[in-house]
Amino acid sequence: MTENLLLQALVYLTAGVVAAPIAKRLGLGSVLGYLIAGVVVGPFVLSLVGQMEDVTRFAEFGVVILLFMIGLEVRPALLWSMRKTIFGLGGAQVLCTGLAIGGVSMLLGLDWKQALAVGLILSMSSTAIVLQTLDEKGLRQGVVGRAAFGVLLLQDLAIIPLFALLPLLSAVPVEVAAQAAEGGHGGSLIAELPAWLQTLAVLGAVAAVVGGGRYVVQPIFRFIAQSRLREIFTATALLIVVAVAVLMQTVGLSPALGAFLAGVVLAESEYRRELETDIEPFRGLLLGLFFITVGAGINFTVILAQPLVLVGIVLGLMVLKFLVMFGLAVIGGARVRAAAAVATALAQGGEFAFVLLTFTVGARVIGANLAALLTAAVAVSMALTPVAVILYERIAAAFDAALPDVKPDDPDFDDAEPDIIIAGFGRFGQITGRLLTANGFKSTVLDSDIEQIEVLRRFGRRVHYGDATRLDLLRAAGAERAKMLVVALDDKEKTSELVEKARQAFPDLIILARAFDRRHAYDLLANGADAVERETFEAGLALGVTALRRLGFRGHRAHRAADYFRRHDHRAFEELRPMWGQEEAYILASRDAAQTTERLLAADLARMKPGDLDGWDAGAREEDEMEAAEGREEG
Amino acid sequence: MSEAARDSRLLLVMAHPALEKSRANTRLWAASEGLAAVTRHDLYETYPDFVVDVSSEKKKLVEHDIIALQFPFYWYAMPALMKEWFDLVWLHGFAYGKGGTKLAGKTLFVTCTTGGPTSAYHALGYNRFTMEEFLRPLEQTADLCGMVWETPYVVHGARIKSPEALEAEAQRFRARLTGLVGRTVAS
Repeated sequence: MTENLLLQALVYLTAGVVAAPIAKRLGLGSVLGYLIAGVVVGPFVLSLVGQMEDVTRFAEFGVVILLFMIGLEVRPALLWSMRKTIFGLGGAQVLCTGLAIGGVSMLLGLDWKQALAVGLILSMSSTAIVLQTLDEKGLRQGVVGRAAFGVLLLQDLAIIPLFALLPLLSAVPVEVAAQAAEGGHGGSLIAELPAWLQTLAVLGAVAAVVGGGRYVVQPIFRFIAQSRLREIFTATALLIVVAVAVLMQTVGLSPALGAFLAGVVLAESEYRRELETDIEPFRGLLLGLFFITVGAGINFTVILAQPLVLVGIVLGLMVLKFLVMFGLAVIGGARVRAAAAVATALAQGGEFAFVLLTFTVGARVIGANLAALLTAAVAVSMALTPVAVILYERIAAAFDAALPDVKPDDPDFDDAEPDIIIAGFGRFGQITGRLLTANGFKSTVLDSDIEQIEVLRRFGRRVHYGDATRLDLLRAAGAERAKMLVVALDDKEKTSELVEKARQAFPDLIILARAFDRRHAYDLLANGADAVERETFEAGLALGVTALRRLGFRGHRAHRAADYFRRHDHRAFEELRPMWGQEEAYILASRDAAQTTERLLAADLARMKPGDLDGWDAGAREEDEMEAAEGREEG
Repeated sequence: MSEAARDSRLLLVMAHPALEKSRANTRLWAASEGLAAVTRHDLYETYPDFVVDVSSEKKKLVEHDIIALQFPFYWYAMPALMKEWFDLVWLHGFAYGKGGTKLAGKTLFVTCTTGGPTSAYHALGYNRFTMEEFLRPLEQTADLCGMVWETPYVVHGARIKSPEALEAEAQRFRARLTGLVGRTVAS
């Protein structure tokens, strides 16, 4: 054991790197992997970690970032469209489950304050595990997914009042409890001020977060985005979260609450996706660290002393949560099967329980032994979630066999993933995008031109700022579930890069790309584009049609001439394609576009023979007109 | 002529995918030029891509009293775009069926050209049927829409007639149009 920072980092990183992927491979999810890793490196197994307090405090910042990101997800429009699910079903779930677990806890001998705290804490489910499980089962967008998401969202929201409420349940006076919960966080700097000034300071801080998010952060991001320094953008994003956390601490509010508020304020910003992607790794790492510290902090002496109690708590918890959620979903009008699926998915304890249990111990609401037992119970219930889902599926399958006409779940979802992701919304992408939108397809637009985004936003389009060649950004935009990616960037190299990356990362995605020229088109097709369009081809052809009409061609003749030319050109494109591969080195070396042009012109002359376009008369047939066999008539 | 009466308005709808190649139709089309109360409508020139603007076509039909069609007789029928125009514009609820009274009382006048001679359009000719019989689908269209069926004007042997003979046909066509427009209708 050592206090050496690098050695500590070595221990935690190794634990995470080894445990998380293994747990994920085993279908347990990374959260459990981190917990198990924590247990392994913790004082009860390998005892590799030293003084944990500083690490814990650092790791708790992961929770602050998590709340910031939840805030980013909570657009007012989403809240409004899902209000019934969120506040009705979600609110009922937290209250009823909290009361049910609290009631059972009282029967088991806790006093009402402790019972209420335990009930509310255990009513939370694991957002990470549930969403991951639903995604794996393809249930995210249906009735089940919608209900689960609504409940989880309310639980996430409920954390904030819970942070305020739990100290009130303390066995010791409130101020002491609050201070104890704050722990070594530095505490409030304004505690000495009179009450009205404190209130004013709190209101001022909240106003500063909301106003700053609206009017200060946006211009700053715009400025930084224009500088095109990606790491500074990331730094700014982190700076905002840290600054808000510090500000909130200064006025004595929860940093998590402040971060959530900042997230909501920025949820409507065009930089939302970029912020999410930039912050995501920090959230992931710090939360991982947090889970490791939770694992390392589990007191096995307590648990090993009473293993049957642990088993009882886990089973009781899951059955109770299942029953309450199932009942509420059925009352809310869900079909029995969907209700059972939602209830199964949400039956475990959540990662917030770890945070809140740590917090409540600090606030002297419950004892450390009980907290250790409950932490272990929550962890085990999370581990059992995949098992529970498999069990549910078996039972459902058995019912299906008995009742063959079960209708599939309603596939619509208010905030459904986009059908299409359009990368680049300039002169080209706009036309494609408008056509798709006009025909009822949902698209998410990514663009890195600030001026362009400003204009589009003024017209109410949902546009996100970001460099689409970043896979994480594409993922955040929904590339895993979208049907199609339309690459309409005006940068040739970036287009190639994006097509290649996207093809590797998302093998099922349909990729359409804007090609700079013929050579680029071949390149893109070779790199995995499903279809390409040379950016000037159709426009050049259209102007050619206008020219033909002005030169005296009738409209339909000009139109057909262009159609015929297009077909000829596409055939030539396909015919030259294999040659392209063989001669690529030569052509690239010579860099002689004129060679290609020459070959094309020769092919044009060879193919487009005058008279090919003829129809409706076949010339010089007067002699045949009188023949009795003639059926077709001309005029 | 009563005060509430006026000359008929005639819409001449012409469809020829390659008018520049047709000796007969070019002359007929030219002969319709410059007539008062005649609106000329060249379908292949207006819709080279076959995307018919239904609402503007409906408006045109409603605003005229006589709908005249000019087309070459291809495979015993009208050219493809004119059929498309019927399919898209002459709809239930507009031209026929429940509430489809917008064309009722109007006149339908068909002019077409054939390559074969008059003798081919006879029970004993190689086409085995008369023009009257071949045009039955249009005659029935008029009837279903409550329209008056005007005796069609047919130019046979369009490919073999002399330029002078074709010019004479064109002038007779122009006279038919003038006569139709001269019929008064209640305004």
